[in-house]
Amino acid sequence: MVSGLRLFLMTATGIWFGFLLLGQAAFAVELGDKEKGRKLFKLCKNCHQIGQGAKNRIGPHLNLLFGRKAASIDGFRYSKGIKRAAAGGLEWHADTLSAYLENPKNLVSGTRMNFAGMKDLDQRMDLIAYLRLFSDNPADIPEADPTISDAGHDLDPAILALKGDPDYGDYLSGECTACHQTSGQDDGVPSIVAWPEDDFVRAMHAYKKQVRQHPVMQMIAGRLSDDEIASLAAFFANIKE
Amino acid sequence: MGLDRRVFMGGAAVAASSLAMPYGFAKGNGTPKVVVIGGGAGGATAARYLAKDSKGALDVTLIEPSRSYYTCFFSNLYLGGFKNLDDLVHSYGTLASGYGINVVHDWAIGVDRDKKYVTLAGGAQVPYDKLILSPGIDFVEGGVAGWDILAQNKMPHAYKAGSQTELLKAQVMAMPAGGVFAMVAPPNPFRCPPGPYERISMVAHLLKTHNPTAKILVADPKPKFSKMALFQEGWGTHYDGMIDWIGPDFGGDNVVVNPDEMTLSIDGEVTKVDVCNVIPAMKAGRIAEVAGVSDGRWAPVNAKDMSSKADKNIHVLGDAALQGDMPKSGFAANSQAKVCANAIRGELTGSKVFPAKFSNTCWSLIDDDDGVKVGASYKATDEKIAKVSGFISKIGEDAATRANNYKESEGWYAGITKDMFG
Ligand SMILES: Cc1cc2nc3c(=O)[nH]c(=O)nc-3n(C[C@H](O)[C@H](O)[C@H](O)COP(=O)(O)OP(=O)(O)OC[C@H]3O[C@@H](n4cnc5c(N)ncnc54)[C@H](O)[C@@H]3O)c2cc1C
Repeated sequence: MVSGLRLFLMTATGIWFGFLLLGQAAFAVELGDKEKGRKLFKLCKNCHQIGQGAKNRIGPHLNLLFGRKAASIDGFRYSKGIKRAAAGGLEWHADTLSAYLENPKNLVSGTRMNFAGMKDLDQRMDLIAYLRLFSDNPADIPEADPTISDAGHDLDPAILALKGDPDYGDYLSGECTACHQTSGQDDGVPSIVAWPEDDFVRAMHAYKKQVRQHPVMQMIAGRLSDDEIASLAAFFANIKE
Repeated sequence: MGLDRRVFMGGAAVAASSLAMPYGFAKGNGTPKVVVIGGGAGGATAARYLAKDSKGALDVTLIEPSRSYYTCFFSNLYLGGFKNLDDLVHSYGTLASGYGINVVHDWAIGVDRDKKYVTLAGGAQVPYDKLILSPGIDFVEGGVAGWDILAQNKMPHAYKAGSQTELLKAQVMAMPAGGVFAMVAPPNPFRCPPGPYERISMVAHLLKTHNPTAKILVADPKPKFSKMALFQEGWGTHYDGMIDWIGPDFGGDNVVVNPDEMTLSIDGEVTKVDVCNVIPAMKAGRIAEVAGVSDGRWAPVNAKDMSSKADKNIHVLGDAALQGDMPKSGFAANSQAKVCANAIRGELTGSKVFPAKFSNTCWSLIDDDDGVKVGASYKATDEKIAKVSGFISKIGEDAATRANNYKESEGWYAGITKDMFG
């Protein structure tokens, strides 16, 4: 499995996923095998339909998924979490799908998509290649649906294992409570109290890596070290008010 | 919240009598005393954080003449009809009852820096170990030719919220059909850089429904202003042809007003106007000068703890401070207050002092569901608060993003006012 910033490339023989390692040599791997993807789609079938006549079930149908704004199918009851991510600019492209499939909580805290995650990049690419068949002009992936980044999203377990200092988190939280309320009330800015620490850490790192879209959060998280994020997670997880 | 809920008797009389003790009391043999002058964005936050985090180890007094604080932030939305006046008002009750802060409703009129006490208009002397000033702004005399504070009823500034904001709105509503609303915009630096332009947007919004043939005229001494491209885009989209913005190239910096005649002269050309919102040049609230910590305009501070460059026992927050790169905003004042509170608590109680970190985001509403934002984060360097990184809304963004910005700003308002007033 390879990680790094990727760029889509096309070759005569098919669709390729390219790797643009910032400042380093670029190389490429094939973007997945749709046939393998079709088999992997079994994992999704309980909740999602795709192809002719597909309907919304537990999850929304997946036709015309590429380039679509998240949470945008009329009539489907989306979670608050994904609506918020959509309002923040989340669209479905290969990079965002890869991040989401790897662990839905990378991108959307509070998503109802109850999926443990697909850790293997090759498998994700296979599945994405299959999903792509049901969007317009699948042959045009790079042109029609360009994407710039597919960083290795999943967090290093060592980062998740960091023990935060809640006192430091308390001090740092001053930056959060200018918008987020410690009572957990949500008047337009989501509650961040009493989250599982892992979810909090995942969300913050996704902002930090700009996998999540919100500009204020990208700015705030961008300046926080791994320890500081862990400290904030520890503080907010145990807040009682 | 896990803090001691000490019960305090409210009221200035009680407060004043408890202050009759000699000023030397605090030193050595009592709880260290922090006095905060000004219960606005900076002062209320500082008092609340000091009291909350010291859990009784500090004696915190907040001096503020008004019993209710009207936020300037969102006051433009009141003008536009998006908020009621009641939505803007906050009391000091929770700071007194929930946090044990001694809230004294009086003006500070003197600071004795050697003996370390503050004199109140009512005569009491309030001793301090550390003094925080967050008095906001006052206007520079002679800033706009023809205007002084006595003219504020005819030509309101509405740059300190409350009765002035109400007055301005009443005047807009009373404009004759097809009348002229004028604004004299302030020179840099001033409180809330996007504020005048958000106000123009909100007045235009109001007029669009109530008085669609009315015109808006802005005389501006600055060639550029905050979020200029975003505002201009929005004005073109929502209020096409209604707003004339006259910059210094066309004499926007050469303005004379006549409040009795209700005229505005721009580069010698006199226009009769129906409403004239004069926002004069600004300086630190007067008490900063009285305390001798102002450079004549603003109070220079050290970035790491917001301490005055003139006196290490005085800290200055918010609009009054000359700190470097942060705009003068409620968000910034709130952010600075937390850094300052942490440093003061460390010095007086030995608690751990964490490194200074600041941030700011300002949302502006242009029309229904068309919100934009700009923000940045900052760090403390030896010479100033220095910008680290920032962002700004983009021209031509989709409607959902803009609508979400507005929603988010409402969440921010609810959050930050709780962070200030409890
Ligand atoms: C129209 C408008 C829109 C704005 N919109 C926004 C916005 O959307 N977001 C944002 O972040 N900011 C906004 N601001 C800016 C924001 O209101 C100020 O930057 C902020 O209030 C500054 O806080 P402060 O503590 O320095 O002063 P203030 O909040 O003005 O508080 C000063 C307090 O000190 C008291 N005081 C003064 N002198 C004395 C004395 N001698 N003794 C005792 N008390 C005294 C005053 O009564 C006052 O209550 C806006 C401002 C305006 C005018």
